[in-house]
Amino acid sequence: MRTRLAAPRITITTIPTPKADMLDDFLIRAGLAALGTAMAAGPLGCFVVWRRMAYFGDATSHAAILGVALALGQGIAVFPGVLGTALAMALAVHALSGRGLAHDTVLGVLSHGALATGIVAVALTGGVRVNLELYLFGDVLTVTRSDLAWIWGGAALVAGVLAWRWRRLLTATLSPDLAHASGIAPRREALVLTLLLAAVVAVAIKVVGALLITALLVIPAAAARGAARTPEAMAVLAGGAAALSALGGLWVAQWLDTPVGPSIVCVAVTLFAGSLPLRLLAGTRG
Amino acid sequence: MNALLSATGLEFGPRAAPVLRDVSISVAPGEIVTLVGPNGSGKSTLLRLLIGALAPRRGKVHRARGLRIGYVPQSLVLDASLPITVRRFLDLPHRVSDADAAAALEQSGATGLEGRQMAALSGGQFQRVLLARAVLNRPQILILDEPTQGLDQPGQAAFYRRIATLRRDLGCAVLMVSHELHVVMSATDRVICLNGHVCCEGTPEVVTAAPAWRELFGTGTGGQLALYRHEHDHAHEAGGAAHHHHHHSHAEG
Repeated sequence: MRTRLAAPRITITTIPTPKADMLDDFLIRAGLAALGTAMAAGPLGCFVVWRRMAYFGDATSHAAILGVALALGQGIAVFPGVLGTALAMALAVHALSGRGLAHDTVLGVLSHGALATGIVAVALTGGVRVNLELYLFGDVLTVTRSDLAWIWGGAALVAGVLAWRWRRLLTATLSPDLAHASGIAPRREALVLTLLLAAVVAVAIKVVGALLITALLVIPAAAARGAARTPEAMAVLAGGAAALSALGGLWVAQWLDTPVGPSIVCVAVTLFAGSLPLRLLAGTRG
Repeated sequence: MNALLSATGLEFGPRAAPVLRDVSISVAPGEIVTLVGPNGSGKSTLLRLLIGALAPRRGKVHRARGLRIGYVPQSLVLDASLPITVRRFLDLPHRVSDADAAAALEQSGATGLEGRQMAALSGGQFQRVLLARAVLNRPQILILDEPTQGLDQPGQAAFYRRIATLRRDLGCAVLMVSHELHVVMSATDRVICLNGHVCCEGTPEVVTAAPAWRELFGTGTGGQLALYRHEHDHAHEAGGAAHHHHHHSHAEG
């Protein structure tokens, strides 16, 4: 794993092929990875906001750290490990919510429990040489071609499923009873969103890291709220805001030499702050 | 005639204190059935069992194959974080044409509200938009849970006249919960009086003459029901009513 992470820098310095592939540039790869993540996180983030699943997102993304530890311990790629534990956590929370247990306290226990266990497990399996910050805050500059394939594959899957089930998901979100009366099972739609959330966690961990994934879900959606009059518009705007944050954050990070993940989130927060006047206007307009 | 929607022997809630027990109900095509009963008598629970939002502990709900239900909930709280126009709300869960949407809004007395935000509607407008959404997709049965909550009396009367018109135009059955019996009576084919179980059932005239009915509304459930009794019975016993406590009567079941 450690050698895989180092690989891209070697590629750009030692193989200056005359007809260089665009993807050989680590900045291009980073930009593409951030864009792919944004396009999945923005629209899904709307559901996270509408359904108040932010804490749920935290629990799922923190579980990813445990996945990192397992993957390092087993010597397998990080993505499947992260996806696996995120899925397991998401399903566990989904099952608990069906019994009316997924309130703040239980989610708090699961979320921080997963984070702490994951950090301890990484320390146990990887020793001191594993840079945990990589997974807590992301390191999009070390994204490889195969990472990009995972990210874009996952993002396309999330966007595709959202588009396919859009009306059902939206009806179930508006009112479970209205959904039932129309022959839609709200629990099934909630499960779909749960699974998509796990997929986004796996996609985003390398870009913004486990600690800030929820930020990438919630903040662009919140920024889009003020300017949107329909759910569809909000989803599209959230995707746009997330993409702008991703590329803007990458640029800021290069410019100020700051970590990319937190820089992306800072740009998103700035966009949100800029959207507040719009929101107030929308409020007075009624 | 085959029932559109029926249930037999429904039981729901904790075994020790069931909300509903041994409730059987059936609605035939085109008929208007009104559920009445005191607060906490299980009316909304029964409707939610019938649409499949709740699962009964015992008993069975049977819906005709491919039954199209138009459901108007008692209330719908929209999360402020979710922006949605009336027009887009009508598109859930099936996209409808602009012409159909406009027609449904007109039928429901909500003409021209398409561009408005759902969150910005008044209580009455909101209820009429919920009704408009329910009548789209040609429902075979409209299920309305206290649809006139928050409307003033003229508003209620207008709402029930609209329901009667809709029934005539769409040919659909209507099953509704209502407290405003004095308003709804004329537009009802059958009344089912519920209090954890079916106390009595029949045409408005038969039901209001039944002992179980008198028993139930002699308990001083207050408000509209007492008012109804007061207006039509001329039995001025609202004050003394508190004395004979309600006990469940199965006689008319």
